[in-house]
Amino acid sequence: MADPMRIRAQLKDGGVTEVRVLMAHIMETGQRKDGSGKIVPAHHIQNVTATWNGKTVLTAQFGPAVSQNPVMNFSFKGGAKGDKVSVSWSDNKGDKRTDEATIS
Amino acid sequence: MHTFDIGRRDALRSGANFALVAAAISAGVLPTSAFADWNKAAFDAKSLNDVVKAFGGSSVDKSGDITITAPDIAENGAVVPIAIASKIPNTESIAILVEKNPNALAAQFDIPSGTEPNVGTRVKMGQSSNVFAVVKAGGKYYVATKEVKVTLGGCGG
Repeated sequence: MADPMRIRAQLKDGGVTEVRVLMAHIMETGQRKDGSGKIVPAHHIQNVTATWNGKTVLTAQFGPAVSQNPVMNFSFKGGAKGDKVSVSWSDNKGDKRTDEATIS
Repeated sequence: MHTFDIGRRDALRSGANFALVAAAISAGVLPTSAFADWNKAAFDAKSLNDVVKAFGGSSVDKSGDITITAPDIAENGAVVPIAIASKIPNTESIAILVEKNPNALAAQFDIPSGTEPNVGTRVKMGQSSNVFAVVKAGGKYYVATKEVKVTLGGCGG
């Protein structure tokens, strides 16, 4: 099981909820070689979904060119303090992780 | 205004695929909670035109309504912060491409209604390169470009 994500969801002026996500993932590109010259196989997040009250507010597809420990910032309208924002990712080896944050 | 033409056949074919998937979802064959399939063709593509083609677009227009926020000079190519904001009405998706990376597409975001057409992430850049922001709005594709110089490459380590 992968390490937890860090998610911050903050209600801003104008009723916009700003979400910042930090995922813990190695994001190996599949281009790099190890000490013995063998290619390190690609291992990276492919799909990310963010939901608020069960409604999808963002979906993303990542390639190996997204940096290690990916960051994702976005904002959506309609959130209220105390609501839950949930973020899930899955990678190319079938690993997945879901974490939740409360809008503050 | 620049237009890049892509074969009409290809555009039709990917359109048909999309229709099939949409039909499958509405018929309840595919669980809607499942992740959308990863667009391997788009992530394998080497150029802007090929990526747009893999998205199902037929051409891409330059637009001044897309803002790319990225450093002019990135000291560390492994972590280049990039934010993209679109002022184009009905923005449906935003993609980040790095022209000179081994595969151009870095990330693609789908923007449902209610979500601001404004996303940020961090990408790897192997060398100094143009960064493209591709926005899909109203079924059409638009692109903006920004050059980022890299002093230390992000690939190979």
